[in-house]
Amino acid sequence: MGIISSSIARKVAMALSGLFLVLFLGQHFTINLTSTFSPETFNEISHFMGTNFLVQAILQPVLIFGVIFHFVMGFILEIRNRSARKINYVRYDGNANSTWVSRNMIYSGVAILAFLGLHFYDFWFPEIVHKYIESNPADATRYYGELVEKFESPVRTGLYVLAFVFLALHLFHGFASSFQSVGFNNKYATALKKFAKFYAIAIPAGFVFIALFHHFNH
Amino acid sequence: MKLTLKIWRQENAKTKGAMKTYQIDGIDGDMSFLEMLDVLNEDLINKGEIPVEFDHDCREGICGSCSLQINGEPHGPDRLVTTCQLHMRKFNDGDTIVIEPFRATAFPVVTDLIVDRSSFDRIQQAGGYISVNTSGNTVDANAIPIKKENADDAFYAATCIGCGACVAACKNASAMLFTSAKVSQFALLPQGEIEATERVENMVRQMDLEGFGNCTNTGACEIECPKGISLENIARMNREYLSAVSKG
Amino acid sequence: MSELKSNIPDGPLADKWTQHKNDINLVNPANKRNIDVIVVGTGLAGGSAAATLAELGYNVKTFCYQDSPRRAHSIAAQGGINAAKNYQGDGDSNYRLFYDTVKGGDYRSREANVYRLAEVSGNIIDQCVAQGVPFAREYGGLLDNRSFGGVLVSRTFYAKGQTGQQLLLGAYSAMNRQINRGKITPYNRHEMLDLVLVDGKARGIIARDLVTGEIERHSAHAVVLASGGYGNVFFLSTNAMGSNVMAAWRAHRRGAYFANPCYTQIHPTCIPVSGDHQSKLTLMSESLRNDGRIWVPKKKEDAIAIREGKKKPTDLSEEERDYYLERRYPAFGNLVPRDVASRAAKERCDAGYGVNKTGEAVYLDFKSAIMRYGKEEALISGNHNPTDQEIYNYGKKVVENKYGNLFQMYEKIVDEDPYKTPMMIYPAVHYTMGGLWVDYNLQTTIPGCYAAGEANFSDHGANRLGASALMQGLADGYFVLPYTIGDYLSKDIRTGKIPTDSPEFDQAEKDVRDRMTKLMNGSGKHSVDYYHKKLGKIMWNKCGMARNAKELEEAMDEIAALRADFWANVKVTGTLNSKNAELEKAGRVADFLELGELFAKDALTRNESCGGHFREEYQTPEGEALRDDENFSFVSAWEYNANPREAKLHKEELTFENIEVKTRSYK
Repeated sequence: MGIISSSIARKVAMALSGLFLVLFLGQHFTINLTSTFSPETFNEISHFMGTNFLVQAILQPVLIFGVIFHFVMGFILEIRNRSARKINYVRYDGNANSTWVSRNMIYSGVAILAFLGLHFYDFWFPEIVHKYIESNPADATRYYGELVEKFESPVRTGLYVLAFVFLALHLFHGFASSFQSVGFNNKYATALKKFAKFYAIAIPAGFVFIALFHHFNH
Repeated sequence: MKLTLKIWRQENAKTKGAMKTYQIDGIDGDMSFLEMLDVLNEDLINKGEIPVEFDHDCREGICGSCSLQINGEPHGPDRLVTTCQLHMRKFNDGDTIVIEPFRATAFPVVTDLIVDRSSFDRIQQAGGYISVNTSGNTVDANAIPIKKENADDAFYAATCIGCGACVAACKNASAMLFTSAKVSQFALLPQGEIEATERVENMVRQMDLEGFGNCTNTGACEIECPKGISLENIARMNREYLSAVSKG
Repeated sequence: MSELKSNIPDGPLADKWTQHKNDINLVNPANKRNIDVIVVGTGLAGGSAAATLAELGYNVKTFCYQDSPRRAHSIAAQGGINAAKNYQGDGDSNYRLFYDTVKGGDYRSREANVYRLAEVSGNIIDQCVAQGVPFAREYGGLLDNRSFGGVLVSRTFYAKGQTGQQLLLGAYSAMNRQINRGKITPYNRHEMLDLVLVDGKARGIIARDLVTGEIERHSAHAVVLASGGYGNVFFLSTNAMGSNVMAAWRAHRRGAYFANPCYTQIHPTCIPVSGDHQSKLTLMSESLRNDGRIWVPKKKEDAIAIREGKKKPTDLSEEERDYYLERRYPAFGNLVPRDVASRAAKERCDAGYGVNKTGEAVYLDFKSAIMRYGKEEALISGNHNPTDQEIYNYGKKVVENKYGNLFQMYEKIVDEDPYKTPMMIYPAVHYTMGGLWVDYNLQTTIPGCYAAGEANFSDHGANRLGASALMQGLADGYFVLPYTIGDYLSKDIRTGKIPTDSPEFDQAEKDVRDRMTKLMNGSGKHSVDYYHKKLGKIMWNKCGMARNAKELEEAMDEIAALRADFWANVKVTGTLNSKNAELEKAGRVADFLELGELFAKDALTRNESCGGHFREEYQTPEGEALRDDENFSFVSAWEYNANPREAKLHKEELTFENIEVKTRSYK
């Protein structure tokens, strides 16, 4: 496959798929946020997203492809990178020259992947079953209730919060670093990277807020 | 100063190596790290043991021969220095110092602390030059003015000494900083523009063939680089590469 | 052996080179493909020669002991490279560069060679810029220049304090291009151990693979030695640890004459020795003397107080300082040539005015330069009423921009901030003007064996001017040797490949093996470094900055005795068949132990003071060097003898037709 033929191409592909997922996160967050102040709006948008043909037939597969591509490529890179140093150091002081998060993207990534499993189990599979397998009649008001119900459990809420922490770690390095990967490095780069770091904290923090909001407001 | 040294000993490329512990005494803070190893070797020779082999030559931080992973960092804990410029005053009496060769699949160990960095040479051979004959029959040196900032940036990129610390520091053993420094030097100069496309493609291809890892932007290379080569060079190379690929 | 024929072409000085190029034989491209050339050493001279020869079409093999050609010690040259470009419009010309170089060399160099050097100097800069060497530039985009010692114009091109590095990487990139084309085969981590002569011609070398220990035979139609200088005979020098005289010395043993070994450059601005553990000395570029002022305290009490740590240099007022170079040499001041500056420092320190713990250091002070630049910069930045601190800050930035890496290097080594307190410096062995004797074509007295760069003796006379070594290395490699070697090789187009199974190769390999076995079989009393340090002490104390007949004779005896001791008692650990740094060192020190004696003998024979060679018996009442043109206007070329004191002297008379020989004065 041409796209993974060179290390730089792989790196750029990783960055672009990551950026795409970052965009999606923002959108997902915005929709979810509405649930904390207007259940009606939340229901409306959810219904639209869940029933619109474009979203379901085009955006959704693209998104799923993006996710799969990002993590499969992540694993490929990890394997390649490990084989680039077959004999390890007896002592390696990574903290002296780089951040823990930047060196451990694979672990934060795996944690997020595990969370995605849970998240799909919670929302996406029931949704698919509800709509396409059981072919239930459309109900534009069910989404808010389903959401709130899920956050009753303190265990699930805890897991979600934990996952968002990993997401923050992952984004904290990944988002800013993607600009470097695509070669973006001009006078705006510093500001953009600052924004990326802010985003990396703010968005997961927002998700945490939403989860806790529904857990305690229940 | 009295020190405990843990040093990687390996007879040659085919044998297996292991860490060995040595005690050393009478080390002065004004000694360079390599002079400390000289003292150790003199000791070993007097005891009839085989001295520790390590690469070194100019001992003023410019030839790029000396390497050594010292306490988990290439060229040791000081910044912007090579091992030969690292002075013992950075250590304390009673310290234990772990000394290993630079580790990367593309830098196989030759013996003890010496590694084979010819992969770097091959990356340069793949395109790290401007194809101009050495006849001297070119245009006058001042015929093409070059913006001072560009000339300066090209110079900074060109100050890479090819020591391999970037690879040694990188958790992925990636050679992006090294390769990008050379690509950048030429990319910033009008003389280098003509072959820019082939240069970046060929050099990156060779870099990948040598078995270096991928860059994941941890930034360790820039921190550990004894010459302070900037990460901007990597961004520039990514850009150069993308534009080369898009040109086909 | 043949008598010395310098083969200088006839005709007016300025036309000799052009005329010569027109007259010599060429090899057609098809035949070049059948001719092999070996280049030993991959610094500026070797690297550039290898690249150019390969580009012309010859099959080139390069040899270097480092793990990559890029690490040759040319890389450490800091300050710059001269060229008579006259970009500054300050009256420079080929003639003036020629004149300055001959005068700087104290009239002990060969006129025709030096003129050729000046003539091609401009081409070097063109070539390097075309290769992408990032020289310093001005805001207008054109190349910048600085001045160096011993001249009155600004003709030095530079790349901060890393000019040698940038030029070498340029030559290395030209080599890489040829390696990629398959025209150069690089043999890195290989050391030349002997030169092989077949029918009196250089036809190959014996080399050792330093990793496996394997002894290899390599044949060629010609051998180029570009293996650098022999400053490490002093043990402590600014040379790299591995720099050695082996290649040149083995050629000398096989019949190449060695010229002017006693001409050694002691560089005035190096970081002083800090203790017995010291393994090498670090140079601070001469370019620092553009802006730094050199001084010692006027009063001995102050010097003593400083040595004892009771006073700091910054405590002394202007009146309490002796800017001795400005005092003695008002015309050139701090920019006198290196030999003059070094001797002046030694004179002050010997008189008791030295400033560090050992009393062997003088100050190099940037305070006034920082303030001068600061004022200028303040005005440029529109600050018409700056405070002293602001001026200092502006000035510091300018100085940082010019010499930042050198200041940083100094701070790392000495642990003192040179922006705040003056640097301490002292002279150290840096460059050797002497080397293999070569004719105008750079051919040694062995046909087919050429020498280029610092390894030959030709262009710098008794003292080299700053920024001229890079010029000479590249001139030899890019522009001289590739032409002149063709003349010789044109007779070899029908020779065919040189076989390596001839009796001559057998014998040379046997000699090498015997020698190494002998080295391994010493009684094992002392390490190689022990002998090297001892030799260095003798050289520095008795053949250093000032020499006299009595001590030179002592030195010869002591070195001979040390050599005998070395061969009987040296301890070389490890084996012949593996990477063995001790064995490598032993081979090199063995050669230094012969060279050292010849060095002393040469110094003893030259009853005059000239350039870097200062004989205490021959000086003016003011302590300036006293040359003897009547009796010593010649090149001393020594024919090898196993007992160096019996070496036979051959003289090449120097004639000066285009320059008036007079006493060098920088006052």
